[in-house]
Amino acid sequence: MRYSAFSLARNALSGHQSWPRAWRDPVPKKSYDIVIVGGGGHGLATAYYLAKNHGLTNVAVVEKGWIGGGNTGRNTTVVRADYLTPEANALYGLALELWEGLSQELNFNQMFSQRGVLKLAHGRGELRQMVRRTNALHLDGLDCEMLDLNAIKALVPILDVSSRPRFPVIGGVIQRRAGVARHDAIAWGYARAADARGVDIIQNCEVVGFGVEQGRIKRLETSRGPIGAKKVGLVVAGQASHLAAMLGLRLPIESHPLQAWVSEPLKPMLHTMVASSELMFYMSQSDKGELVIGAEGDPYNSFVQRGSLAHVKDGLAAVLELFPTLSRVKMLRQWAGIIEHTPDHSPIISKLPVEGVFMNAGWGTGGFKATPGSGLVFADSIANDRMHPIAAPFGLQRFETARLVGEHLAAGGYAS
Amino acid sequence: MTRQSNRLDQGGLIDRNRPIRFSFNGRALEGYAGDTLASAFLANDIHLIGRSFKYHRPRGILSAGAEEPNAWVQLEQGGFEEANVAATLAELYDGLNARSPNCWPNPSFDLGAINALLAPLLIAGFYYKTFMNPRRLWPSYERAIRQMAGVGKAPSVADAETYEEAHTKADVLVVGGGPSGLAAALVASRSGAKVVLAETGARFGGSLLSTHDSLDGAPATVWIANALAELQSNQSVRILKRTTIFGCYDHNYCVGLEKLSDHLPIGARTGKRQRLWQIRAGRVVVATGAHERPLVFANNDRPGVMLASAAQSYVNRYAVRPGRRAVVFTNNDSACRVALDLSRVGVEVAAVVDVREAAAGCRDELEAAGIAAITGSAIANVLGGKHVAAVDVEAIEPDGRKASGERRRIECDLVCMSGGWSPAVHLFSQSGGKLRYDADKACFVPGLDSQAVRVVGAANGAFHLGSCLAEGLEEGRAAAAAAGFDSSASALPRVEPARPETLILPVWSAAAPTAKQRKSSFVDFFGDVTLSGIGVAVREGYVSVEHLKRYTTTGMGLDQGKTGNLNALAILAEQTGSAIPEVGTTTYRPPYTPVTFGALAGGRTGALYKPLRRTAIDRWHEENGAVFEDFGLWRRPQHYAKAGLSMAEAVMGEARNVRDNVGIVDVSTLGKIHLHGPDVGELLNRVYTNRWDSLKVGRCRYGIMLKEDGMVFDDGVTARLGELDYHMTTTTGGAPGVFSWLHDLLQNDWPELRVHMASVTTQWAAVAVAGPNARSLMAKLSDDIDFAQEAFPFMSVRRGTVAGLAARVFSISFTGESSFEINVPARYGHALWTAIMAAGDDLGLAPFGVEAMDWLRIEKGHFIVGRDTDGTVTPPDLGLQSFVNESKGDFLGKRSLSLADLVRPDRPQLVGLRSDDETTVLPEGGQIIEALRPERPLPREGHVTSSCLSPAAGTPIALGLLNGGRGRIGERLEVYSEGKAYSVTVTDPHFFDPSGDRLRL
Repeated sequence: MRYSAFSLARNALSGHQSWPRAWRDPVPKKSYDIVIVGGGGHGLATAYYLAKNHGLTNVAVVEKGWIGGGNTGRNTTVVRADYLTPEANALYGLALELWEGLSQELNFNQMFSQRGVLKLAHGRGELRQMVRRTNALHLDGLDCEMLDLNAIKALVPILDVSSRPRFPVIGGVIQRRAGVARHDAIAWGYARAADARGVDIIQNCEVVGFGVEQGRIKRLETSRGPIGAKKVGLVVAGQASHLAAMLGLRLPIESHPLQAWVSEPLKPMLHTMVASSELMFYMSQSDKGELVIGAEGDPYNSFVQRGSLAHVKDGLAAVLELFPTLSRVKMLRQWAGIIEHTPDHSPIISKLPVEGVFMNAGWGTGGFKATPGSGLVFADSIANDRMHPIAAPFGLQRFETARLVGEHLAAGGYAS
Repeated sequence: MTRQSNRLDQGGLIDRNRPIRFSFNGRALEGYAGDTLASAFLANDIHLIGRSFKYHRPRGILSAGAEEPNAWVQLEQGGFEEANVAATLAELYDGLNARSPNCWPNPSFDLGAINALLAPLLIAGFYYKTFMNPRRLWPSYERAIRQMAGVGKAPSVADAETYEEAHTKADVLVVGGGPSGLAAALVASRSGAKVVLAETGARFGGSLLSTHDSLDGAPATVWIANALAELQSNQSVRILKRTTIFGCYDHNYCVGLEKLSDHLPIGARTGKRQRLWQIRAGRVVVATGAHERPLVFANNDRPGVMLASAAQSYVNRYAVRPGRRAVVFTNNDSACRVALDLSRVGVEVAAVVDVREAAAGCRDELEAAGIAAITGSAIANVLGGKHVAAVDVEAIEPDGRKASGERRRIECDLVCMSGGWSPAVHLFSQSGGKLRYDADKACFVPGLDSQAVRVVGAANGAFHLGSCLAEGLEEGRAAAAAAGFDSSASALPRVEPARPETLILPVWSAAAPTAKQRKSSFVDFFGDVTLSGIGVAVREGYVSVEHLKRYTTTGMGLDQGKTGNLNALAILAEQTGSAIPEVGTTTYRPPYTPVTFGALAGGRTGALYKPLRRTAIDRWHEENGAVFEDFGLWRRPQHYAKAGLSMAEAVMGEARNVRDNVGIVDVSTLGKIHLHGPDVGELLNRVYTNRWDSLKVGRCRYGIMLKEDGMVFDDGVTARLGELDYHMTTTTGGAPGVFSWLHDLLQNDWPELRVHMASVTTQWAAVAVAGPNARSLMAKLSDDIDFAQEAFPFMSVRRGTVAGLAARVFSISFTGESSFEINVPARYGHALWTAIMAAGDDLGLAPFGVEAMDWLRIEKGHFIVGRDTDGTVTPPDLGLQSFVNESKGDFLGKRSLSLADLVRPDRPQLVGLRSDDETTVLPEGGQIIEALRPERPLPREGHVTSSCLSPAAGTPIALGLLNGGRGRIGERLEVYSEGKAYSVTVTDPHFFDPSGDRLRL
């Protein structure tokens, strides 16, 4: 059933009794042409584009828990394409373009709200970096604009742009096409659209081993029995190291917890996403009225999706420096996800040494925003057995040659 | 002033001699000391508090505690304003000013209630299905959605109060001051163990305050008072009231919020509002009680429908009659007491409606009180708009699911419901503990723990007072024992009346609601999630409990689903035909109740936020016109303002004086690390790219540090002070990073190296004098150091006295001039500086700031880490191949430097750039391109890293990283910045004195 104001009204009249399942709950088949491991946004997007762009529908997505339950459902929903390297800007730029039409493409409202992402500068060093990035983005064909204090104040009236704060704001930069979206919607939207094209989405199905014969993938061992597969795409943010280990591989990935938290729901007063890498926080206000805040990642390696308090405290001290009127606002909920850092802070989209196995991992803090672009290029790479031109620079071999895609500056520090 | 028409004449724990005035939506009202805002509302016959989040339905008071999902108010104004305060938790104080949020113009007539008419459209997840077309209208749709967002308003002025943090340790932390918590604290404290007891409320006693139970033959309040007196007299016990432990993190790091002033009249508040307690507990005893669950039936959200235990609390603790004619609706025994208590104070109990056929442990007592029990029945619907007017009761089949047709209407203004109890397992679950479903009690109870966190009393599913006390007592003993303390046997108080454990028939959604009724049968009150909404989610396949939560927003509101979550997942289980344990729960996340941002930030605001670091010479700079700039936590003189001169002119003057005469600069902020031990040379060999084991005592060497990836990470000069002692300098910004990184290496990777380290950045004040007259200036200042060129050559270190101060002097240079850096103990920094200033008068000595130093080093082609590098630059990229010693053995980053991409000839390399117009200073951050053309992406060739006017020539110069730059000297290119393009010519980066002759003056 197509979602629309009309179908909503028609169903309202019949008491909402006839909405169909958003996606089926199929029993796994004996084998598939392609199995995508990981039912997060990237995995589901991959399955969708395999079906849509390549006509490959004998495809399954297997998910250990419930779809969208990993980083897709834990991030702070920032979508931007303001990186430094041409390689990253091509990838995130493609994603941003897809985001702009995604609600219509999937017939599932992503609530992608292009309210702009504003980054604040507190020193000349930061301003220099912002100018550098702005110029790079212009030449890469993406929007970015330096803002002075008056423009910043007009955009974010509750921000203290006076000289009072310890590190006063001296300027900033905005990408107006950037914004926030509804994180669950991307998993559900892709799942529903992929399912409609025949993809099997199999939840509660954990991969426990790989059947490899003569260097080629043959099947997956899962908690629901073996599933044959000609090709496999591993898209398991936060668990990539574990799955690679089952194939006898060590990845250049470190996994860290990253925290986020929300305030109580308040009447909207912050309409732009604001970030400060000097003070290490970023904040937006959701369409429910909660302030969504993130800060520095935990410094230690861990797979535990559990928050600690130290970074929340640091992050809020920083928030109050610049937003003193929020002092009496309350934190409602905190949580953590696991982010995967690669040495150059860029993702890994790659073939693995086992024939037929592809991996998409190591997104650091960039995963959510990249979802549609990542899915599209990964599907194309799997379907054609070669890397999509936009994905090609992100291969694992770059760590052997050191042809890195250095995004320390764009991704490091704070974590939107 | 309205009379407190619902106040009982006697009883309760309120003080009738202390009337308290307050206002609600502008109406002047009165309550008594001991009231919460909610009890005062009820005393004044106010039942309509606000409007719900989504449908703007009238809402009243559901509970008497932290689980409240409905009764939110906006408190106070200006610097004392607070949004989203639960009326059930707010203590009443004189002058309290409360307003209803999320309604306009008032809760009684709210224009937002139009949403209730649209409710059939606004089902769970409706927004995923619409507002998509046409695409360009989404921003307008979203603006409309945002209009409806939020409940209260954030204050618009800064906080009038402040916050603080406190830290403590405890052998035993007891969370909750109800019967089981008090028992645990008493017993543990008798052992001598260090005990912290925290209670959310202003009074200890928990459920005992709301019932008529007696302990050891006396009212429970006597036992509470005795317990408290004993605890207070014990030096090893800390009692925290008004303190909610909201989080239990790794290693029993438990965090609580103590409210210091929120209960006081505004005029009596003295500044500190809340205190954040951070407690490391050997063992945590969670005694946080249980939350009663609502039952789900049509219009169960009407003001006047409340939890049975809440009604009991209002009657017994607050001496308030929550209604005049009540119907009690239950599926378990606990509500029976409520009916009796209501009846005792003159509330007419029209009926106890019980879903169970053979019901009510206290049936005889009900009969004696003349209260009708209607068994095997359920409330199907509530009538009345802004207040309950009547209920429709239907007989149901024994399985609780089907109506059998009989229906009767009972007029009433109060419905007390009890759907059983959910233990408050939040802290246990946060600490990693696993929950177990107890089918007999129809609730999740603590199962396997993961930290030393134990749960007692109702929080552990022990709903009977006797077992609460017994569990508290036993765990108090065990917790003390775990800390090595022996707690002598304590006796249990005798509980009267003794009652059996509650029996429950878990009926989650009573009777068989019609489609219409399902739309007004609320499961999650805050989020306006109804039976119908859950039905839609289940139909569409959102059947994982997390999907259900996210799709319907169940449990995501201000109350975090304390009353609604279990009902929601039980209904989910029912509708999907699965068992409740299979469905599982969503994750309990901190905080238990919302926590103020200000309290979490603690005192670290204003001047205490990352406190400013000033050098020992800061005062002199300030007195002499310095314009400061932040570098990390430090402030440094950027330049010294001169009347009538622009910044550029002032900087040029300072820089030229260095080239012409001699300048002095404060370099105290550079990182300094003292290294000691026989293996320092080896350590330096491994972390720097050049050779170090050959460094002689008295000599300095410049070194570059790489990370494992071969990229420049930090640089600086290290001097060998003695056989075993070295003095390392780092960049200002890199100091903390280098120090912790070296520690990391020494502790984890190279524990065999015999090296000790200390950060001495702030121990030494450091001053550099630079310029052709530097050597003669220094000679004037010291009697015991020979400053002759041959006696004190470039790159050496000497110890002696300078201006009468014990000093270390280094002959090193960043400006390209002959230069000495003098270190003295920080407390003599100011004295050193002024002595040098006095001595330098006739040599043309003048201070210079960071900006002039920057211009001087750009002109010399010296790079700065983080400015001309960005974590992707190698020493060869900077033209510093000569500092990489391939033959000395291994060093960090060595392997990477030989990787294919790092030896590419077209890597970005440091070059000089000149503006072709000879007047425009190039924008730093400008991108180097061949020529600006419209195509996008346009290939980028590099970027401008540093730019200034050349002090020597007065023309613009710049440094930049350019692909294959060293092979492109003389090439003409463009620099693009913010819409403009500038013509440039590529040059050698060494604009001034490339041979370095001036260093040896």
